[in-house]
Amino acid sequence: MDLSVEIAGLELEHPVLNGSGTFDAIAARRAFGDALLDDFPFSMFVSKTITPEPRAGNPPPRIVETPAGMINSIGLPNKGLDGFLAQDLPVLGELPVPLCVSVMATSHGEFARLVDGVAAQDGVSALELNISCPNVESGLIVGEQAPETLSLLRTVRPITAKPLIVKLSPNVADPASIARAAEEGGADAVSLVNTLKATAIDPGTLRPWLGAGRGGLSGPAIRAVALEQVRSVAASVSIPVIGMGGIESGADALAFLAAGAAAVAVGTASFRDPEAGARVRAELEGALARSDFGSLSDIRGDPVPSTST
Amino acid sequence: MPRTADSKPRSDARVIAPPGRRLCEIVENRQAGGYRIFSAVDAAGPEPRAGQFYMLSAADGWGQRTGRPYLPRAFSVAEATASEGGLRLDFLVEDVGPGTERLAGLRSGEGLSVTGPLGRPFSHPSELVPGIAGAILVGGGIGLAPLAILRRQLAERSVPLRTLLGFRDREHSGGVDELFACCEVRLASEDGHVGHRGYVTDLLAVLLEGDDARSAAVYACGPPAMLEAVRALCVERGVVAELAMEAPMACGFGACFGCAVPLADGGYMRLCTDGPVVSSAEIETALVPGSGH
Repeated sequence: MDLSVEIAGLELEHPVLNGSGTFDAIAARRAFGDALLDDFPFSMFVSKTITPEPRAGNPPPRIVETPAGMINSIGLPNKGLDGFLAQDLPVLGELPVPLCVSVMATSHGEFARLVDGVAAQDGVSALELNISCPNVESGLIVGEQAPETLSLLRTVRPITAKPLIVKLSPNVADPASIARAAEEGGADAVSLVNTLKATAIDPGTLRPWLGAGRGGLSGPAIRAVALEQVRSVAASVSIPVIGMGGIESGADALAFLAAGAAAVAVGTASFRDPEAGARVRAELEGALARSDFGSLSDIRGDPVPSTST
Repeated sequence: MPRTADSKPRSDARVIAPPGRRLCEIVENRQAGGYRIFSAVDAAGPEPRAGQFYMLSAADGWGQRTGRPYLPRAFSVAEATASEGGLRLDFLVEDVGPGTERLAGLRSGEGLSVTGPLGRPFSHPSELVPGIAGAILVGGGIGLAPLAILRRQLAERSVPLRTLLGFRDREHSGGVDELFACCEVRLASEDGHVGHRGYVTDLLAVLLEGDDARSAAVYACGPPAMLEAVRALCVERGVVAELAMEAPMACGFGACFGCAVPLADGGYMRLCTDGPVVSSAEIETALVPGSGH
């Protein structure tokens, strides 16, 4: 069965990607060897977020298990733009799928420098803008404010013709308003959800468990919330939506596609099984063949208008 | 620039795992003092090197109808032996939470999902310092597990070795008769129920007083406070040491960046891919917040 999808002008073999920061293809190849490349789990690889300068990340502990999920406060450790281009990009270029590089900065100028530096590379097919960060000039979290999001897109859109995917935060009252701002600013697609703000208390000390105090929740615990946000956003924009949040099976992926996603991403499930993405794709293919729907595009329901609950 | 993971690749002799999680069958689960040893037959995986670990979860009763356990748990392999149907892997477990409770309760015939072997193994003494011939193994509590396979693999290469094992009390002890039946070990316990009354590091300190101390490398695994005592003692005496550490870990293959351990020269390593065996010189302390849970 044909599972191919087109996202922002990119022809992808199937609709299962990885969530940024949930799969390190370089480290995975170190653990599993080149066999990893023979049946690579994702149709496009989304890198961990890179920032203009290197970051060491947050102090431990960085993760804690919750019912049906986990909280993380990793703190975006990465080699910075120069380190990424020199050390990681050549290795990521050996992957058998297109590469999308996730980027984040805290000012328009730095964001522009990052987008320019990354988009100019031949091996990069698309960029994801991680906007769950403050703009130091305004003090506001870009992804929590529609005007901030629009303003950022106005800055970076003219820099490259390559697809720009905006990663949306779920920690807002109305994610659709942010998605519309991204679309207005020229984004080619949006992806959601990022993690939900969360905290864990150490039962022994009754103080925050995580080294950074708080973090973000992921896994099946957030799936129902993510599904509604994907539905809400898909009903509000005409650009493709990449849906994610606790997807662990083909049935989960089908639900996100039915809610309006054009593609899906597997994140925390890869921690449980490095081949979770490949399994989700196989299950999706089987479920689609058994369903009354002939193709992926038939699955997507008519947009369900938002009504008050 | 702050050090980030992967910035200093090291040579090591890790065994590469097949990609993905595979199903193994539990063939035995027996009491070992206050702990349990469960064994699974791995039909498809390669033989691990001592110090490597597996991410384990029960095939059933793990994140399906129940909310926890959800993530797989990292376990150093205690022994790996050829058996009918594949490699028999032994793991030592103490029931301390939802994950270890489920694993400790596995019955023969049940499925165990495994990913591995993963991570950087213990080095041969000669890989640590040329000319060093002997090994001193220091284990604390459940941390004796990887030392069992290390002891066998070093003995097979005719490395002279001494083994020191320590326990808190009778309830928190076990595995000596099962995993070290072959050989002489020196024991310590904080409550004095067996061996020297006190810490295993007391035994190590005495051993390192000897003239031949610098002819051996120390290999340790145990709770963070014990590892830190071993690290400090070895630094003081100028003895090379490798420590098998533990940190909260979601994936085991470098994806989640959860298992950060501070490096001596700044930044963090990912314990799953840069460890779990670390050189005592790489870290400033083995007391990492969140480790040992």
